[in-house]
Amino acid sequence: MAHATIPAKTHDEAQQHPIKLYLVVWGWLFILSACSYLVDYFKFEGYLRWFLILLFMLLKAGLIVAVFMHMAWERLALVYAIIVPPVLVLVFVGIMALEANYTFLTRIIFFVTGS
Amino acid sequence: MQDGTLTHTAEAPERLAGLQGIAADWSSDQRSFKTASWGKAMMWIFLLSDTFIFSCFLLSYMTVRMSTVVPWPNPSEVFALHIGGTEFPLILIAIMTFVLISSSGTMAMAVNFGYRRDRTKTAALLLLTAALGATFVGMQAFEWTKLIMEGARPWSNPWGAEQFGSTFFMITGFHGTHVTFGVIFLLIVARRVWRGDFDTGHRGFFTGRRGQYEVVEIIGLYWHFVDLVWVFIFAFFYLW
Repeated sequence: MAHATIPAKTHDEAQQHPIKLYLVVWGWLFILSACSYLVDYFKFEGYLRWFLILLFMLLKAGLIVAVFMHMAWERLALVYAIIVPPVLVLVFVGIMALEANYTFLTRIIFFVTGS
Repeated sequence: MQDGTLTHTAEAPERLAGLQGIAADWSSDQRSFKTASWGKAMMWIFLLSDTFIFSCFLLSYMTVRMSTVVPWPNPSEVFALHIGGTEFPLILIAIMTFVLISSSGTMAMAVNFGYRRDRTKTAALLLLTAALGATFVGMQAFEWTKLIMEGARPWSNPWGAEQFGSTFFMITGFHGTHVTFGVIFLLIVARRVWRGDFDTGHRGFFTGRRGQYEVVEIIGLYWHFVDLVWVFIFAFFYLW
């Protein structure tokens, strides 16, 4: 059995990173925040707006979780236990989007016919 | 001196990586999170549950915004500020975002200096983080005051759909509460670092356990999470 193995480290060793790493991530978070603000400032609309908002949001969230919260250096057992459940929320998003569309439709049919 | 409970993990020879590692860790005896201490694992699980709470808030916001027949107020205009005669859209929210991100940066560095056992720098950075957090809450209080003066209520507002007020006060209020509690805990941890509790093995007031510098990382996880939630609120509530 030739499994890939990684050397076990004690916790203290595992979380020693140079300060520069945090400053670089900090800088990127500033740049990405500025970009998402500019999306609003330049009044991008429609799919371009939504795409850019989601892109900058996910990049920022990824940087914070991976580097600031040290998720990149945790065992996959913990990473998957924490990251996978929130992804399943997307199913809930789908259900509620369907429900909201239905509510909207019934409101259009029954409440705004007079106007 | 041992506390009798496992707070640190230095044992274990070699561990599998990848998917086989996940299967091995989860099917093993005693503990699934082999390299994370119980304190860290519990904070992560708490944050996961908190993720679901904020997910539900944002989902209910999505649902009411999609289902209303009244136009949604334009956040870009509602949250604009007049500075020196010109109108800046969303400027206060942008500044709040930068303040919170900066506090996350100082927090990450506090954790780093904590593991280097640099007591002074850790405490100073924790206090700076708390100060930035308090600034954020202050700006949020200003924002709430401004909106309430202009007539925003949870049940009505002058700009459009009534659901705007209820979701706004609910989501930002809950997030602001999280920041406030974070500031309180940061101050407590800063005091313990400053006193040298984690060097002398002084017992904490809450659990009665001997603290370690990992406490700084655990409170840091909470603080970064608060910043993380703001990233999503900023995108979905203010920018969408």
